[in-house]
Amino acid sequence: MSNSAAVKSGGFRLGLLLLALPLLLWLFLLVILPHIDLLLVSLRERISYGKYEFSLINYVEFFTEPLYWNTYVRTAVMSIFATVLTLIIGFPVSYYIAKVIRGKGKNALFLMCLIPFWVSELVRTFGWMILLRESGVISNLLQWIGVADGPVEMLYNDAAIMVGLVYTSMLFMVVPLVSVLDSLDDSLIEAGYDLGGNAFTITRDIVVPHAMPGIASGCIVVFMLTLGNYLTPNLLGGKDSLWFTEQIYTQFITRFNWESGSAFGFLLLVLSSVIVWVGLKLSKQTLSQTVG
Amino acid sequence: MIPSIPQPKFYKHLYAGYIALFFIYLSAPLIVVSVFAFNDSLFPSMPWEGGTLAWFFGDSDPYIGIFNDSKLLESVGVSAFVAFWVTVLSVTVGTCNAFLFERSQFPGKNFLYIVSLSPLVIPGVILGISILVFSNFIANGVEEAIGWDLEFLRPGLFLVIIGQFAFITTITTLVISARLRKFDVSLEEAALNLGATRRAALWTITIPFLKPALIGAGIVAFLMSFENFNTTLMLVGSDAPLTIAMFDRLKQGSTPVLNALSLLLMLVSGGLALLSVFVQRDKKS
Repeated sequence: MSNSAAVKSGGFRLGLLLLALPLLLWLFLLVILPHIDLLLVSLRERISYGKYEFSLINYVEFFTEPLYWNTYVRTAVMSIFATVLTLIIGFPVSYYIAKVIRGKGKNALFLMCLIPFWVSELVRTFGWMILLRESGVISNLLQWIGVADGPVEMLYNDAAIMVGLVYTSMLFMVVPLVSVLDSLDDSLIEAGYDLGGNAFTITRDIVVPHAMPGIASGCIVVFMLTLGNYLTPNLLGGKDSLWFTEQIYTQFITRFNWESGSAFGFLLLVLSSVIVWVGLKLSKQTLSQTVG
Repeated sequence: MIPSIPQPKFYKHLYAGYIALFFIYLSAPLIVVSVFAFNDSLFPSMPWEGGTLAWFFGDSDPYIGIFNDSKLLESVGVSAFVAFWVTVLSVTVGTCNAFLFERSQFPGKNFLYIVSLSPLVIPGVILGISILVFSNFIANGVEEAIGWDLEFLRPGLFLVIIGQFAFITTITTLVISARLRKFDVSLEEAALNLGATRRAALWTITIPFLKPALIGAGIVAFLMSFENFNTTLMLVGSDAPLTIAMFDRLKQGSTPVLNALSLLLMLVSGGLALLSVFVQRDKKS
């Protein structure tokens, strides 16, 4: 009896282990160990061929070279700005979908919000290039209605990068906002009006506090994606886009300086984690609630 | 604010106008890309030179249509190959993970759950370089120790598949877990009471229940792999997947053949997106 129970539990253990094997291989070989190795590579200096020594030189270089440091700060500031802009533009739209429109129109509008994001980011950015370039659609439109005398180049500046980043991130803001606003009971808003509130005070005191979890998760995801974006700043910003992921790419692929590229990668990871962590703490959320 | 509260007409129209502007903003780039696929000009820009189908079917230089552009077609093939393997691997591992996290108790479960969510908050470029550095470390270690040159651990398609798999598995795990959580375990117990073996109960009761989530996760995994750029960029070797090939062309400046290709991609991914929404919708309502 006890023997068979032992065999049974042994079999169960083995089954669990087999089930856990893919998970463990995935997490250790592709997530945990590579990032530890990245940290180790960033902490070494190449002495000669195949010879390395522990050193902080890569980090020292980052903090003493203004170009790297400025690019880092610039990327962070512009990402925060893009996140705020996405929130401001996306919030009224989400509210409209969740609260104002009813019936079939609601699903149709929501689906219309989603569809552009099934299309590759490359295609979307390509669309913005055709719209914004000197010989592009908007430039021609401006000339046609007589606002501009000659071709206007709207590509390759920070505003173009911002337009592309906000566009690319919109889905990740609208989806959590719509779902959280959907759960807001209409009677709360009605009660607010009965008690003498107006559109502004009700938005401030009822709608926004209720939507806070959605705002937090939307902002976190958008910030992270913006910070790690390569394509949009590179194609819409041109040579002067100065995005930090481009520095990482240059160190790795163009200069073949893996040590300093790893240090840069690690610094970006730290920046992204710190801001995500601060965002979670401020909004009293956990990671599993936000992405799960 | 809400329909039950009367609002001045002016505000209502203002709000509706804003929503209309928003959707123009959303659709403008996609419409422009599609329309210029039919422009009879060497560049995807104004002015409009009249309609043509040359960017789809043309075969004389410089009017090479997408169906005759062997380099681009080849890269579509490469992307499909990568996406196929990423889908198979990530759905399989995602299913195992879902059972593990939803059904089993084991030490360190919470820690492993948090780590398995982490690929979503690691920027794609960093995931790419960390896998590049680590696989290079292993390849060099093996070469020094026993002299084998493990070619597949150098930048190339194997690493691209592995790199995309690393974060797409998180998404398949979440999708499949969400469905498994809704499953009523008593159905499985009933099957066991009626004499089914564990395996038979799994294959006839649980897996059919999970099927919508498995298909949905598969479609999402395929599309995410097909469209991935950041991770792929760091791991790619000589065979360029589609996004990398298109990126190179875009930087050089290309003919509207890219518009034609983009239009086809939009149609396919839009269709797959609708399919996945349709498959995952519960039949009850």
